[in-house]
Amino acid sequence: MKKTFTMLAAAAIAAGGAALSPTVAAADLVVPNLSYRTGPFAAGGIPYADGFADYFTLLNERDGGIGGEKIQVPECETAYNTEKGVECYESTKGQGALVYNPLSTGITYQLIPKVTADKIPLYTPGYGRTSAANGKVFEWVFNYPANYWDGASVAIKHLLDQNGGSLEGKKIALLYHNSAYGKEPIRTLQELAKKHGFALTELPIDSPGQEQKSQWLQVRRDKPDYVLFWGWGVMNSVAIQEAANIRFPMENFIGIWWSGSENDVKPAGAGANGYKALTFHGVGQDYPVYGDLKKYVYDAGKAAGAGDQTGSAVYSRGMYAAMVIAEAIRKAQELSGTPAINASQLRDGFEQLSISEERMTELGLPQFGQAFAATCEDHGGPGAAMIQQWDAGAGKWNLITGFIEPDKDVLDPLIAEDSGAYAAENKITERCN
Amino acid sequence: MLYREAGDFKTSYVKDSQTFPIKADRMAYFALLAVAFLVVPFIINDYWANAVAVPFLIYAIAAIGLNILTGYCGQVSLGTGGFMAVGAYACYKLMTGFPEMPMLLNVLLAGGITAGVGVLFGLPSLRIKGFYLAVATLAAQFFLVWLFNKVPWFYNYSASGQITAPERTMFGIAVTGANTPAWAKYLFCLVILVALAWLARNLTRGMVGRKWMAIRDMDIAAEIIGVNPLTTKLSAFAISSFFIGVSGALFFAVYLGAAEVGEAFGINKSFLVLFMIIIGGLGSMFGSFAGAAFLVLLPVLLKNLLVGGLGWPTDLAAHIELMIVGGLIITFLILEPHGLAQLWRVAKEKLRLWPFPH
Repeated sequence: MKKTFTMLAAAAIAAGGAALSPTVAAADLVVPNLSYRTGPFAAGGIPYADGFADYFTLLNERDGGIGGEKIQVPECETAYNTEKGVECYESTKGQGALVYNPLSTGITYQLIPKVTADKIPLYTPGYGRTSAANGKVFEWVFNYPANYWDGASVAIKHLLDQNGGSLEGKKIALLYHNSAYGKEPIRTLQELAKKHGFALTELPIDSPGQEQKSQWLQVRRDKPDYVLFWGWGVMNSVAIQEAANIRFPMENFIGIWWSGSENDVKPAGAGANGYKALTFHGVGQDYPVYGDLKKYVYDAGKAAGAGDQTGSAVYSRGMYAAMVIAEAIRKAQELSGTPAINASQLRDGFEQLSISEERMTELGLPQFGQAFAATCEDHGGPGAAMIQQWDAGAGKWNLITGFIEPDKDVLDPLIAEDSGAYAAENKITERCN
Repeated sequence: MLYREAGDFKTSYVKDSQTFPIKADRMAYFALLAVAFLVVPFIINDYWANAVAVPFLIYAIAAIGLNILTGYCGQVSLGTGGFMAVGAYACYKLMTGFPEMPMLLNVLLAGGITAGVGVLFGLPSLRIKGFYLAVATLAAQFFLVWLFNKVPWFYNYSASGQITAPERTMFGIAVTGANTPAWAKYLFCLVILVALAWLARNLTRGMVGRKWMAIRDMDIAAEIIGVNPLTTKLSAFAISSFFIGVSGALFFAVYLGAAEVGEAFGINKSFLVLFMIIIGGLGSMFGSFAGAAFLVLLPVLLKNLLVGGLGWPTDLAAHIELMIVGGLIITFLILEPHGLAQLWRVAKEKLRLWPFPH
């Protein structure tokens, strides 16, 4: 028994060791895709990972990569779990990763010091640590075009619009995933509550959020005028179903962009009609880029995953992130004069990246996202977002507003305060002076 | 032929009662220590340290801790995750409150604080047993996680409730924070593990351990022969919680670097460590190590084989991995309910008789 077991173990370790050796050719540009296609958050993780991978496949198939360099997108499953995130980071780092986009606020918090030490940029569009928008402190982290505090502010601005400019005496409940992700907007909302005179109730839901009866009972009892929602994964569809069950008026229920995908609203059927969510980019397949995607990726059988998520809200967001990374790579190639860039050259590309409406049109994504230009100080972008509303009959999201600017008067001091605390804790001297 | 005690004469009581009575075992033990201390630190890289070695060492400490309580003293606990959280948050408060303190002291103090909390939650064990005690410790798990989420003082009022380990040093070398070299992380955890395992092994061989086992085997009989259940049970809770607190502190500060209580120290962690000692073997030092290795290393190994080696899609590999690990757990428990430690014991018995089994 012992011998066979030892032999098996030895064989397994040898095989594992062989498997650890880099499988990616050194010449390519490596953009790891830390995804999650399993676990309670897979409903969001799958479309994002598909959109991210498909866009790079398109670039490889249509243009032969970026600047003649092929892009490798090795995928690593994190299951939204920080321990697996560590393993994924370390295993892909050895392959020469250029940038990380982990799609998890928890993993982002963990990676911020690591990427700073390893000198690899971290790109967290619409998630992660909000105060990383301050490029003076967070040299290696970028979170443009919008972050959670922008989202919270935009949602409140939308409510102000609907109430003739005043929320005095209104009751707003924040229903959130009880984690770093869900807690991010609290500080902003507290400030906004002071400024606009509404009462804020905080209702945490423990991960993964399949059980929300008591929170919705509280909503029924307190009767808030509006419910803001910071949920992810399986928690979204449960919340929308619960809201439908207690007949909460759906147009008063507003989710952050991570709570606004088709997978979240469809299970509630007609009950979800009128549910609103934020978004910082367009959704749907009415963009020219989908013609190319269909020709070079879907019809060629090269789509990632099952290929059934195309054009959905979170798929679009994965594609958006890939597009920004690709543009940053292009910028970095231009700056450094070499197509085979390294991670710190890519950081310069991110910092000097500017995406105009013309460029978006060239890329086949007209009116898809906001134009922005990063600087040494500003890693956060303009932060504007739109409101989309679910039409259950037609089964699609309709944009009901244009881009709404966040309230920078409230956000900027908060960002300065939080990033200042981080800088003090980690003895970071401010750059860009 | 080679592996037997015959011919290995013991000439003193100390030698007669040593941990490894067989010479081959002793040699293997010292060889292992030599490799771990003198060879591995020179060849270890970031991947092996962060994905393989450090989590194994830390989970081994937690498994030894729980094994003291559940395996040796017979008190079932589902509060491991909560106690690890106490260690982590205590360590965080010490690290940020007293930046000059050497890291080792922080970790040991965090263990001490957890021991106090453990004793507090161990008090009900004097009145309730078995499943009921498991439920009481489950309450500790949920209460502690709730507490660290609810009270902002524990996470220094940070906006997101995350705790992040700042850089702290030992003899001028960083052991926490992002600039830690791989070997420093590894050696820091290894030194603590070896010291604690040595302590645990000798505690369980001595009077303290025998009292624990007496309580485990039959508490009324133990009381009749003069074992005080109050001090015995509470000492088991204290020492076990000390180990678990140390592992929680290392888990947060050295391994993850940033943590959030619900995700890192949830009920899943309690079950994971409990499964480690059940699969490894209750009441066995070797079992704690074997169980930790099985549940930490096997998933990483399978992932590398299936995704890196065979090129499978990551989601398929992740699902198959769950099934393989689950299947192996069931297989092991059916074939050997006393865990990997018992397999090891049987194998050694057979080796002693080999090649003449009759």
